[in-house]
Amino acid sequence: MTGPQQEKIRQTLDDANLQLAIYSATGRLMSHRQAVVAPEVLPDYQELRTQAHLVKQHAIENLDHYLEQFESQVVARGGKVIYARDGGEVVEFLLDLAKKMGARLMVKSKSMTTEEIDLNERLERHGVEPVETDLGEYIVQLARERPYHIVAPALHKTRYDVADLFSQKLGVERETEIEKQTKIARSVLRQKFLAADIGISGANFLVADSGAVVVVTNEGNGRMTTTLPRVHVAVAGIEKVIPRAQDLAVFLKLLGRSATGQPLTVYTSFLAGPRREGEIDGPEEFYVVLLDNGRTRLLADREKRQSLYCIRCGACLNHCPVYRKVGGHSYPWVYGGPIGAIITPQYLGVTHDPWLPFASSLCGACEEVCPVKIEIPKLLLALRSEVIKVKAREGQSRLERLGFRAWAWAMRRPRIYEMLGFMGSALLGGGEGWIRRVPKLLNHGPLAAWLSQRDLPRLPARSFRQLWRARRKAGEN
Amino acid sequence: MAMVDVLERVGWQVDFPEQQTCCGQPALNTGYRDEARTVARHFLTVFRDAEYIVVPSGSCASMIAHHYAELFQSEPEWLALAHRLEPRIWEFSKFLLEVARVEDVGARLERVATFHDSCHGLRDLGIKEGPRRLLARVRGLSLREMDAAEECCGFGGTFSVKFPEISGGMARTKIDSIQRTGADLVVGIDASCLLQIQGALSRAGLPVGTMHLAEVLACR
Amino acid sequence: MPREYVLHRTRTALGRSIGQPPDPAPPARLRIPETDLEARVASLFANVRNLAGKTHRASSPADARAYVAALIGERSAVASNAPFLRECGITDLPSVRSGITSQEELRALCADAEFGITSADYALADTGTLVLFSSQQEARMISLLPPVHIAIVPSGKVLTGLDELLAREPLPAERSSSMLLITGPSRTADIEQILVRGVHGPGEIHVIVV
Repeated sequence: MTGPQQEKIRQTLDDANLQLAIYSATGRLMSHRQAVVAPEVLPDYQELRTQAHLVKQHAIENLDHYLEQFESQVVARGGKVIYARDGGEVVEFLLDLAKKMGARLMVKSKSMTTEEIDLNERLERHGVEPVETDLGEYIVQLARERPYHIVAPALHKTRYDVADLFSQKLGVERETEIEKQTKIARSVLRQKFLAADIGISGANFLVADSGAVVVVTNEGNGRMTTTLPRVHVAVAGIEKVIPRAQDLAVFLKLLGRSATGQPLTVYTSFLAGPRREGEIDGPEEFYVVLLDNGRTRLLADREKRQSLYCIRCGACLNHCPVYRKVGGHSYPWVYGGPIGAIITPQYLGVTHDPWLPFASSLCGACEEVCPVKIEIPKLLLALRSEVIKVKAREGQSRLERLGFRAWAWAMRRPRIYEMLGFMGSALLGGGEGWIRRVPKLLNHGPLAAWLSQRDLPRLPARSFRQLWRARRKAGEN
Repeated sequence: MAMVDVLERVGWQVDFPEQQTCCGQPALNTGYRDEARTVARHFLTVFRDAEYIVVPSGSCASMIAHHYAELFQSEPEWLALAHRLEPRIWEFSKFLLEVARVEDVGARLERVATFHDSCHGLRDLGIKEGPRRLLARVRGLSLREMDAAEECCGFGGTFSVKFPEISGGMARTKIDSIQRTGADLVVGIDASCLLQIQGALSRAGLPVGTMHLAEVLACR
Repeated sequence: MPREYVLHRTRTALGRSIGQPPDPAPPARLRIPETDLEARVASLFANVRNLAGKTHRASSPADARAYVAALIGERSAVASNAPFLRECGITDLPSVRSGITSQEELRALCADAEFGITSADYALADTGTLVLFSSQQEARMISLLPPVHIAIVPSGKVLTGLDELLAREPLPAERSSSMLLITGPSRTADIEQILVRGVHGPGEIHVIVV
């Protein structure tokens, strides 16, 4: 881990208020979810997960077919599809569009894909004004921070943080009441919606048989963004494709419930092309930008391509005891939590943050709640083994490797195993009681790491084997 | 030894093959697949003829029953042996309830306890109600549920020493939840969880103890 | 070219060739319960109310009109061009403007109106949802810009849920460029997880079933 990364984690762990904010926000999301997927409420839940997994698997394994079908349907409805190899090509397209239209102001609804490619920053550098319209995203945009959570971007901000932010950046009087803060944002953003030339959205799903983009929100900013401006651009990763509109019966049901405990989010927009003859409102131009940015590389890995099934519900983050301790900004990339831990090394390379796949106790809570049944712990293990292989090749972590090799050697020799027990007892003292500290000579490596946080019990005076042998002897007499 | 006591008390003959060492999980979880395989082969050899293999640990039982097959995908003989042993691996509480078919082992312990659900036991082996049923039959024992019963204690094998601050933080969240129950005893099915929890309790100076389920059931 | 690049890489990653047909897809899963109309309406209302929406079972179109009249009084309202609204006499209430087909005019009215009145193509009982297809009869912004949304729906349009909707409309894109599902008033919990209603969309909704 880098120094700054370690520092960030430490800061987060030491900040009692932040710890409380993270724990209670995620705790709330967990219980909301539980309330709507409990067997009494949704008896089909497991079946739906299986179906979602199968449909995603099918879509991903035939992705080229569905991308082409999607594209031809979009075009048939009067829209256009643009493929982008990376973030740069997305930015290029948007800047060209803005230039052609003489547009400067763009409103955006929430899209992690656009965060992934730093869209806002890059547009701003070229004199375009992209305005986030989801309240949480708006807050982090003003604060010039990354979103803290896939679904709740401003989870880490208190009302006082927001009060400071609004008064500093918007020049309004300092207001700490949450309802009033929301009203402030509403009125500022309404002006933007009405004035913007281009609306940029993400897509929760791309529907191949309809050429449609599905955008779900609770606030209505998704609708504003895709209804009021003259042009709508949806930016989405290629993996968002699902085969049929009818598959939404399963996916929409799982998304809302898994993310926030809502059977459906307030607004679900199914948008297919620009407005048609006779329709009174809606955008005149409709573009879908299909982003690769490394997804085709993930696709090639048979074992790990299931990472692409993710529907970005955030349930894994909420249930992850590690996320709940270190928070969203401790992760090296825009995606945090368990999903972030498995896709970051795949997109950025295992050597980018070799510690990341190890920062998990493999508790399995994530896998249990993933609506599309991604085998997250299994993928973490696969990534760990890849990191070890790379380290072996580069001659790193020699001591650890030697340690495990010696350990494996010892574990095949029961007498050595027993002897190690004796040695441990001798060094640390056998019997009752707890070890808080050890002499400096011993205070290194794993022992020091353990003792930095908790005590260690002394080993029992007699080992199990000793007791067993004594018992057997007594039995013979 | 408590586990041996209980099993014998309910009429089972127990053998302890002294050749045994470890299931290999620490190596697998740290990414050292080859080393894990080496140790796993030793385990399979030692236990190849056992009728029932009872394990006082959810994570070890899960490792053997669920992960050995993965390790030996390209070694047909070892794979076959792993598959043969899979149905014979029993975590202790499951063995008592499903094989020995006993709920009341005649135990007595006057304490106020709370139960910690170990992750592997809970999610890989479905162990949740079983130990609670066994504990309900312990005379004098009062069982209270903690709100964070299913949350990971933070041990996670080498995770506990590679990321001590995060691991320690998770342990402290756990013991906060334990404190809220007012219990003076934490019971679990996995010694590694208990090590982590007790270590944190001790460091925090709290007068709460830990006992493995087998130890509780061995009490008379 | 990016298109060729992305598609080529996709195919290569999957070991598929150009024009190769897809594997057979798992059949779409739709489960439609058998529920009678009254039960559906009751369920719809319960779910709408759970979301802090208001409901009214109108015994007749005139009754619906009376409810709306009492609600809006003399305050400004914009109504869509849905024939059902005319049938119910909504469009001839004094403070209701309707029959607008110009986007600019509609936008200006909606920006200032206190009420937006629409019908709906369907209502979904198990989630308390309204389904609106954009058309000459239903403009999108009427249910979006004004702070209060009133929807008047004939009872025959109340379906059991999303599954039934998609069974009836397997290809929504054929009907319209926009199919919108509205489930309750606009809301957010982005600050300290505290729930606030009426963020960008209407903060108050009324669902009237006739």
